[in-house]
Amino acid sequence: MQILQLKETVNFMSYRKIALIFSALLMIASVISLATNKLNFGLDFTGGTLIEVGFQEAADLEKLREVMKSNGFADAKVQLYGSSRDVVIRLGLRDDVKAEMLGNEVLDLLQSTTGQTVDMRRIEFVGASVGDELAEQGGLAMLTALICILVYVAFRFEWRFAVGSVVALFHDVLLTLGLFSVLQLEFDLTVLAAVLAVIGYSLNDTIVVSDRIRENFRKIRNSEAEDVINISLTQTLSRTFITSITTLLVLAALFFQGGALIHGFATALLFGVFVGTYSSIYVASLVALSLGISREDLIPEVIEKEGEDQEAMMP
Amino acid sequence: MVAMIVAFGALYATPNLYGESPAVQVSGLRGVEANTATLDRIKAQLEESNLTFDSIALENGQVLTRFKNTEDQLKARDVLDDNLGKQFSVALNLTPNTPQWLAAIGGMPMKLGLDLSGGVSFLMEVNMKEAVNKAKTGMVSDFRGDLRNEKIRYRSVKEGNNAVVVVFRKVEDLEAAQLLLKKRYRDLLLTTDDDTLTLTAKMTEAKLKEIREYALQQNITIIRNRVNELGVAEPLVQRQGKKHIVIELPGVQDTAKAKEILNATATIEFRLVDTEGDLSNALNGRVPANSILLRDKDGKPSLLKKRVMLTGDHITDAKSGFDEYSRPQVNISLDSAGGSKMSSGTKSNIGKPMATVFIEYKATDKKDAEGNLVFEKHQEIISVATIQSRLGKSFRITGSGSAAEAHNLALLLRAGALIAPIAIVEERTVGPTLGAENVRLGFEAIMMGFGLVFVFMMVYYRAFGVVANLALGANLVLIVGIMSLIPGATLTLPGMAGIVLTVGMAVDANVLIFERIREEIREGKTIQQAIHQGYDAAFSTIIDANITTLIAALILFAIGTGPVKGFAITLSIGIITSMFTSVVGTRAVVNAIWGGKRLDKLSI
Repeated sequence: MQILQLKETVNFMSYRKIALIFSALLMIASVISLATNKLNFGLDFTGGTLIEVGFQEAADLEKLREVMKSNGFADAKVQLYGSSRDVVIRLGLRDDVKAEMLGNEVLDLLQSTTGQTVDMRRIEFVGASVGDELAEQGGLAMLTALICILVYVAFRFEWRFAVGSVVALFHDVLLTLGLFSVLQLEFDLTVLAAVLAVIGYSLNDTIVVSDRIRENFRKIRNSEAEDVINISLTQTLSRTFITSITTLLVLAALFFQGGALIHGFATALLFGVFVGTYSSIYVASLVALSLGISREDLIPEVIEKEGEDQEAMMP
Repeated sequence: MVAMIVAFGALYATPNLYGESPAVQVSGLRGVEANTATLDRIKAQLEESNLTFDSIALENGQVLTRFKNTEDQLKARDVLDDNLGKQFSVALNLTPNTPQWLAAIGGMPMKLGLDLSGGVSFLMEVNMKEAVNKAKTGMVSDFRGDLRNEKIRYRSVKEGNNAVVVVFRKVEDLEAAQLLLKKRYRDLLLTTDDDTLTLTAKMTEAKLKEIREYALQQNITIIRNRVNELGVAEPLVQRQGKKHIVIELPGVQDTAKAKEILNATATIEFRLVDTEGDLSNALNGRVPANSILLRDKDGKPSLLKKRVMLTGDHITDAKSGFDEYSRPQVNISLDSAGGSKMSSGTKSNIGKPMATVFIEYKATDKKDAEGNLVFEKHQEIISVATIQSRLGKSFRITGSGSAAEAHNLALLLRAGALIAPIAIVEERTVGPTLGAENVRLGFEAIMMGFGLVFVFMMVYYRAFGVVANLALGANLVLIVGIMSLIPGATLTLPGMAGIVLTVGMAVDANVLIFERIREEIREGKTIQQAIHQGYDAAFSTIIDANITTLIAALILFAIGTGPVKGFAITLSIGIITSMFTSVVGTRAVVNAIWGGKRLDKLSI
């Protein structure tokens, strides 16, 4: 079976202006949203207390809010979580009481006021200092990842490809963060992990394309860089689509089957894989092309390296 | 070779299929080890109560008894808890039913993270500022004592920024003091100012680091002791970074109690033994007015003087070692105030016994009118030793028993002098229902993702798709096998998500290869050539693409904690195993089926 039967080379690069404007618009929108809406940081980063409880019958949120309010928890946010019987209560940081005892207090309160047996599903408490440290570490991790990848790609390919792939990664991360900002989805540690996985995935795609571009520069003589890129993109297109399909399939499984806890994670990856696929076609090669990639940049060094590699790796 | 590696992975993955059975774990506390006598005692106790058990064994100083059902397990826990006494902690546990031969070659099931097994994890932070402050306060009183002893007159001794500042009246005093302090405290940086007649003793970076390190280590030791008393099977107490301690208590539901115990304080007191009072009278309830009756861990009573000779907050250090006759001993160092107290207290009591009492405030199950947990003051004699001579700032206790006991005594003595307070900065509790639900959802997501990819590959690549699916299955088995084999690897919910993602991305290598083969065929190459070319050309692409993903996964592993680390682990393992199965594995299968034959058409 075949989904894409391309007889002719698709002239991807002729659409580059549209792609450029499209990407630029989305990136600007993301930046604006991140600046005004900010990210809806989860408990991991803000600190505070979260209590998830399960009731036997559908929960009456209004009544729960009333109970919380009249017992000195005016700042409590009460929401359903996953099903009508599961409720999440979020509390901010407070100075007056021992924060780590808050969760148990609320649990006792719910137990006594609702008259139902309340099932403690989870309690999370994060102190203020921990959240700050995590945010710092998270940002640092993303930067380190980008730099390490830049170095590796520059070493294996060429600096223009490295810049291209890092711009593509930056593009993907920014858009994913933008989506979370626009929709005000909760950004917690697992979502951060998903964003880093998006980096991994998007890169995977970009590398495959770059690899083919490098190979074609060697194979096809007497053609413009733009044509070579078009040919390479066309050749790898069906692979790009199929891998995206299989990945999206498993992510859909995760999204629908993985439960509420993993929802944000799956959302970030689903969206990330979409943009990752797009960016590997347009952003990375476009950047390499505009930086003036040419056959001379790739050939002499590469042939030697390629040979070495294969001898060493193949048994 | 491929078959062997997959078989190896499958072998180590099998322990996960056997499930777990309820068990009760009995372990010794405070240096006591469970032995065959304990085992016999437990056996007798259980038989007496008519409780049937599957097996009973002594493993690593713990007695593990397996039961058919949780009902028997709970009954047995209560019976043993009531009868074994305070030296043992009795904990509920789930033990894997791994067959003997598998366990013997190191096979065991994957460890589940707290978000899957249920339980509580705490992150505690040591107050390092307080640790340095305490050290400074100690230095001030030490300096005062030293200068007074050497008859060097001073105007004031004060705490400064990471330093102690001494002001003198005369230059001669300043010089004499400098000489003295330089000799005594090698880890301090001394600077003098002749104009203002001040001497500044600054703590070196190394000294500060040592103080912090000591504070962290001490807290870890104390927490380990307390956690052991909680009666939790397989607790984890581990340092994290420079000032944090992670505590994981699987299966614990009553987090309030756990917190109270972790936050509880313990102290040490030294008291003289009342040798004049009548012990048997005291046991009958007639305790002399200025004495108290206390017991040691075996329940042996002693009559002690009510007056406390020295409290534990004067202890600056306690180490266990051996004396000149190779008998175990504990060396104790006191601050100077403690030293003079000890000196005046022991002066007139040489030859008399002195007791060390460990005091702990333990949380009970009761609550007071305001709903706070009621704490019970728990006092226990941990050693009785004869005073050999007048004691000073540093002294030793010998004859406290075995080396293990001396080690424990030192540990408890240090516990009495907690240098830095700790606070809970993070808590995550997962209830058993949510844990079980997470396992189910994660497993279903893996199966569903696997199924979807399976069908897609078979439809799209036909015979070659089946080969890729074989590799995918082998990949799953290898991930589970390797996860079970690595001792530190725990499976978490994001970890399961990592496996799902790996399933989707693992076929990428095969997609690359198969698309390449199709291309080569379209270009008019023979089938064999196309297969050969397809694998070769795709190889370096696959390596590059996977190494970069691996970089991202490793960074995630390095910075992540808890669940995120779990994701990074499965992702990294998945990338490596998928490279193996989808390149080397499928090649072997493809060669076996289509290799060396003249083919006109290929089912791809």
